[in-house]
Amino acid sequence: MSESIKQFLYLNRKAPYGTIYAWESLEVVLIGAAFDQDVSLAFVEDGVFQLTKNQDTSAVGMKNFSPTYAALGDYEVKKIYVEKESLEERGLSLDDLQHLTWEDEDDDWAEKDSIHLVTRSEMTAIMDGADVVFSF
Amino acid sequence: MPIEVNGKTFETDEEGYLANINDWEPGVAEVMSKEDDLELTDEHWDIINFLREYYEEYQIAPAVRVLTKAVGKKMGKDKGNSKYLYGLFPYGPAKQACRYAGLPKPTGCV
Repeated sequence: MSESIKQFLYLNRKAPYGTIYAWESLEVVLIGAAFDQDVSLAFVEDGVFQLTKNQDTSAVGMKNFSPTYAALGDYEVKKIYVEKESLEERGLSLDDLQHLTWEDEDDDWAEKDSIHLVTRSEMTAIMDGADVVFSF
Repeated sequence: MPIEVNGKTFETDEEGYLANINDWEPGVAEVMSKEDDLELTDEHWDIINFLREYYEEYQIAPAVRVLTKAVGKKMGKDKGNSKYLYGLFPYGPAKQACRYAGLPKPTGCV
């Protein structure tokens, strides 16, 4: 196996339905999480819609995969960055998003927040700090 | 290859996973396990039911590492380890138990 753990950033920029990007990204994250990687997710632009609550796909005939985001904590994905400006530009706030958590086994399974609201400039720094960025 | 359960036919994919998760009934697990020469005990059913609940909540079949941890949390450390789970499902707890539970093959399993 590789000598060092790489920092992978999965960048999500598209609305959840209409294209396959959002679901593909989530599948790659779940598969990749089985390996020794330091995984972060970033949601910018229309990608922030992927995390919204109460999604209803009955009219578009696609599977509603939004419940799967809640499993990310089980897959040790603990760093989910959402860009504040992208939310605001779409009239959304943190309250419109699912409350995603991970459980800290070393802290008596305490639930901790996975979603971190960051500014555009902070997001730039996060992208800059990653070894690999996958853009979806 | 389709399987026969109580006179009903269930479609499966090329690897034997049920084509439609909503078709599932306990008889499916009984028939599949019989083909593997495995007798299902309460302990097996605990895992099968757990997987069905996991899918219901998250819409995915968990990877084995995730399953192990989740079982450990819900049923105790003595069950949340791969030795116990592989003891029950020798072909791999995620793959074999998911198949019995009517779930698709776990994401990330090759």
